[in-house]
Amino acid sequence: MGGLLTRAAQWTNDSSGCCKLEATQLNEFLLKEVLHFTEQLMVQHPEEATHVFEEPLVWSTTLEASDFKAGYDVSDLLVESHDKDSEGRPLLRLKPPTISVRSFSQLSKLLHLAENNTLAEVRECLQGNKDLVAIIFGRSFVSFMEKEDVNQDVQSLMVKIKEREPSEDVEAKIKVFLLLQKKDKEILNKLLQHVTEQVCLDPTAVRNEVEWLKQLCSKGENRVLKSLCYTSDYEFSNGCNAPLWRQLLGEICYVVLTPCDTDTLYITCSNDGVFLNKGIKQDGQESGYERISEVYRDLVTLLKHRSPYFAANIKTQQQENKEEEKTVHHHVRNKACGTTKYEPCPRWRKLGLSSTRGVEKKSSRSFVEKKMARQGAKSKMKAEFSVSSLTGHQSSHRIKSSVGAMPSELFSESSSESEEEEQPERRQENNTDLPSEYWQIQKLVIYLKGGNQTATVLTLCAMMDFNLMQETCQLAIRDAGGLEVLINLLDTDEVKCKIGSLKILRKICNNMQIRRIIVDMGGLQSVVKILDSPVKDLKALAAETIANVAKFRRARRTVRQHGGIKKLVKLLACVPNLATLSVNQEQDVEVARCGALALWSCSNSTKNKEAIRRAGGIPLLGRLLKSPHENMLIPVVGTLQECASEESYRIAIQTEGMIKDLVINLSSDNDELQMHCASAIFKCAEDKQTRDLVRKYKGLQPLVTLLGKANNKELLAAATGAIWKCSISKENVAKFQEFKALEIIVGLLTDQPEEVLVNVVGALGEFAQISANKAIIRKCGGIRPLVGLLTGTNQALLVNVTKAVGACATDKDNMAIIDQLDGVRLVWSLLKNSSADVQSSAAWALCPCIKNAKDAGEMVRSLVGGLELIVNLLKSTNIEVQASICAVVATIAKDKENLAVLTDHGVIPLLAKLTNTSDNRLRRYLADAIGHCCMWGTNRSSFGDATAVAPLVRYLKAKDSWVNQSTAMALYQLSKDPYNCITMYEKGAVKPLIQLMGSDDETLQEAAAGCVRNIRLLAQANRQARLFN
Amino acid sequence: MSAMNRKVIQTLAENISKQVEHFSKTETERLIREFHVLLKEPMSNHPGKEAPGVDRGKFRNILHEDFGMTDRMIMDQVFRTFDKDNDGFLSVKEWIKGLSVFLRGTLDERIKYCFGVYDLNGDGYISREEMFHMLKSSLIRQPTEEDPDEGIKDLVEIALKKMDHDHDGRLSFQDFEKAVKEENLLLEAFGTCLPDSISTEVFERSVFQSSECH
Repeated sequence: MGGLLTRAAQWTNDSSGCCKLEATQLNEFLLKEVLHFTEQLMVQHPEEATHVFEEPLVWSTTLEASDFKAGYDVSDLLVESHDKDSEGRPLLRLKPPTISVRSFSQLSKLLHLAENNTLAEVRECLQGNKDLVAIIFGRSFVSFMEKEDVNQDVQSLMVKIKEREPSEDVEAKIKVFLLLQKKDKEILNKLLQHVTEQVCLDPTAVRNEVEWLKQLCSKGENRVLKSLCYTSDYEFSNGCNAPLWRQLLGEICYVVLTPCDTDTLYITCSNDGVFLNKGIKQDGQESGYERISEVYRDLVTLLKHRSPYFAANIKTQQQENKEEEKTVHHHVRNKACGTTKYEPCPRWRKLGLSSTRGVEKKSSRSFVEKKMARQGAKSKMKAEFSVSSLTGHQSSHRIKSSVGAMPSELFSESSSESEEEEQPERRQENNTDLPSEYWQIQKLVIYLKGGNQTATVLTLCAMMDFNLMQETCQLAIRDAGGLEVLINLLDTDEVKCKIGSLKILRKICNNMQIRRIIVDMGGLQSVVKILDSPVKDLKALAAETIANVAKFRRARRTVRQHGGIKKLVKLLACVPNLATLSVNQEQDVEVARCGALALWSCSNSTKNKEAIRRAGGIPLLGRLLKSPHENMLIPVVGTLQECASEESYRIAIQTEGMIKDLVINLSSDNDELQMHCASAIFKCAEDKQTRDLVRKYKGLQPLVTLLGKANNKELLAAATGAIWKCSISKENVAKFQEFKALEIIVGLLTDQPEEVLVNVVGALGEFAQISANKAIIRKCGGIRPLVGLLTGTNQALLVNVTKAVGACATDKDNMAIIDQLDGVRLVWSLLKNSSADVQSSAAWALCPCIKNAKDAGEMVRSLVGGLELIVNLLKSTNIEVQASICAVVATIAKDKENLAVLTDHGVIPLLAKLTNTSDNRLRRYLADAIGHCCMWGTNRSSFGDATAVAPLVRYLKAKDSWVNQSTAMALYQLSKDPYNCITMYEKGAVKPLIQLMGSDDETLQEAAAGCVRNIRLLAQANRQARLFN
Repeated sequence: MSAMNRKVIQTLAENISKQVEHFSKTETERLIREFHVLLKEPMSNHPGKEAPGVDRGKFRNILHEDFGMTDRMIMDQVFRTFDKDNDGFLSVKEWIKGLSVFLRGTLDERIKYCFGVYDLNGDGYISREEMFHMLKSSLIRQPTEEDPDEGIKDLVEIALKKMDHDHDGRLSFQDFEKAVKEENLLLEAFGTCLPDSISTEVFERSVFQSSECH
């Protein structure tokens, strides 16, 4: 590998004759690449960069001791890096002017220090260490690697190397080696491009000459040469036979030539001329490339010097074969034309544009001839046309059709020209230059600028023939200033020009950059204005253009601010569902479709959604929803589902009766349409009435059917989403069960993207609210994947997963499986999640888990730090988290031992602190937790001390029976402490408690009564004490 | 206008409207009146002796004034297309038949009409020379260019590339028809020869609604 690197460098050594890298452009390029590689390695492969070299790289630097700062031991003249290798040798050592470096990271740091002199440093480094790779990796390693197949993976390489030299960092070594090798190839390829840009003798000339000489070999007695052949039959795309790294040196090919009178000659043909080499018989013999003769202009000249026989005979031969040679020459040249790469197509010349590697730069004789020939041919053609005064640039069609009338010479030339038409494509593959489309379009733009309306329309039509979705074409239009013209055309009165312009704009604006420019130039305003045009084609095109441009926020805002939304909504007015349409009505429908497309794009902005609604768009969309055509329905439903994120739309969709149509279209054949419908239902089914409507219109079954299209993930996500939201209604769950939805859903728990999983698990959570379904989930094997999902990171998913796990855990059998899979620990660990939603959802799930687990107390205790975590979460500011944690506390506190631990962690004051809330949900679980926490030690009085009792008494007046119930329970527990009774009495607890005693709920009755009794007993005792003492 | 004249006109209108696609009988009648207004010669007492018809100049005036056409050559061609019998005058029949396509023609009719306008020598083909001729003034001359006609020639090539489907270097009617069907914008590829919707509307309104006053 690095062999190639050094070869590239050696080349310059050769050319300058000494061991320095010349200050050529090429070398500078090389140095830059090496520098870049070093820097990149540091950034992208920091580990590999620290790999220690086998030997240090040593060279004389311009850096001085004073240049080194942090990370180095700097003494007077000596600098050593802090970083040392395993044997304690510093990785960098400077004893001016000599520096030695032993790792890439140090090299990179050093180059960083060199600041402006980096390139000079790299140059010195490369010069000082010719065998760079051997130094870095060790000679044996390099030779071993070169024998190995580079394409095998690092692991297998490692095994092989470890057998040879056991060393720890072999892996890093191999990686660096491979990286270096890869870089090497890149640099070579780039260099090759450099070189080919500069060649001055093209392969064609060489090839022609060789072909011609070959003719001379085959002439029996009269032959002047015995044999002639290339060393390699493989020809690169640029026409060279030499291996890539030799092409860098300008070499084109090698020939083995045997004259009649001397030994075989081994010849190198290069850009500079031809010369004898040491003997290259085949590719790959490195020794043979060396030059051993002076450089000759061409093969004939060389042969004349080397072979007297040739020199003597060639003259007669030349004379004899003059005619023949000429035709051969000509023929050959034309054949070669197909492979010439670096000729600009004639149009370029016409435009006065020449490529960087333009014709003029080439000194090849044959090319000049060819150019002259073509010009001759051209002038003849011109002459012919000028009879009709209609000369023009000849398209390939024209040439082909005129062939018959042309002399044969012209034919061959013109065919070469038509071949050149195909060249740009190859050029594009190389990605080395702009394709001809670019220039063609630029020219069209010039005509656009200077043409009257007829010329403009014609030019626009021509422009449409290009592939306008292709970036080259888009950028060509932009670069030539075509966008400005196209936009200006929109403000003219010429309908045809406007149509043409929009037809182009709507396509090229699929390019983000172009979209932005159009908006910046104010083009969108003009397009919006056209929406008022009476010409329907124009309206439709304008709307379509808006649909394509309004893909980013500023554009959508522009549309809105210029009244575009209103105009677009107006376009929607048509009768979409007539059986037979007149031409006129058909046009209206098309306009409406484009309008819907535009609104769909625009509806990405919240304000636009509102604007569509205010412009009366919703009923119009509702009407279009009745259309039988998919291409109409998709944008309409797309818009609706996009807007369904807004409450107002959800209500409107329900009240305008669109649910029915959405449900109908769930059964369409079009995946996209189904997806949008499902997605709209997904968003709307938060509302109970909508859910009922979906069931009423028999939408549940198609939703389940959609689950069968498991390959279309977007569709699956929308369908599962709709099922999730619909299953919030119990009636729907029952209906779903008729279609065995749950079984299918459980099957979707594995191998699905997260968007699908979120919905699937959400649906499971809802399904599991019905106890029969819990068993089904278990039987279908749903518990295991569900628990597996607890280890995910997607917060939305985790919320749903914990909810589903919690719902499943209410079933004892399920709980056993969850426990077995260590699910409780997983849920518990989610309490540490950063999202409050996940925290609370996990906490809610913990309640049934703990309740239903065997040996729950033991299990909870076994979770190290678990209880402390719970107590700490009471400090959360999120009410939902507080409530859920209170519920968990209440559940845990049922186990006395755990309650003791909770108490130790200070749960009492934290609960007491929360009592001032007015949130009934929190109140309910808080009171519950307080009630349960009273059961340990002095907790009752602790609550009293923490002033938790007075707020609790206020809870009795809450209009929430759940709050009342749990509060009564808590107060009953607290009332076992006399001081608490006093507080309760003082705060007027007795009256509401007595009212609660009249409740239908027995537990509530009991608790209230018990509490009152305790208060009463205390009062009695008090009075007795006063009476008798 | 006398009852006699009216009757003659009515009969004529009835006759013509049977042969012409897009006008009703009343509309035809109005157009006949308009024709005579143009001749500045109300129907004489000699119904048998027809006036020679609308001449080129008068017709060009209409095209220019009412339909905003400017290209003299195209206008002449339009006249020629109207003037089926090539006698240099538009008869009342030619006038109405021409207008039927001109104002209300279907796409097929208009393709035929436009092709006729662009086929300058009437040989059934639009040749390079003809295209060049028609596009001659369609580009601003770039003084810097060597060949000032370069752009025009290029436009001709563009048109050929787009429309010459059989690659014979000229446009046959089939070429033209196919190209226009593919891209309607090409209908008037070589110059405006049809009215735009607004001037059509204005013209129809003025003729069909106000002709009562004659």
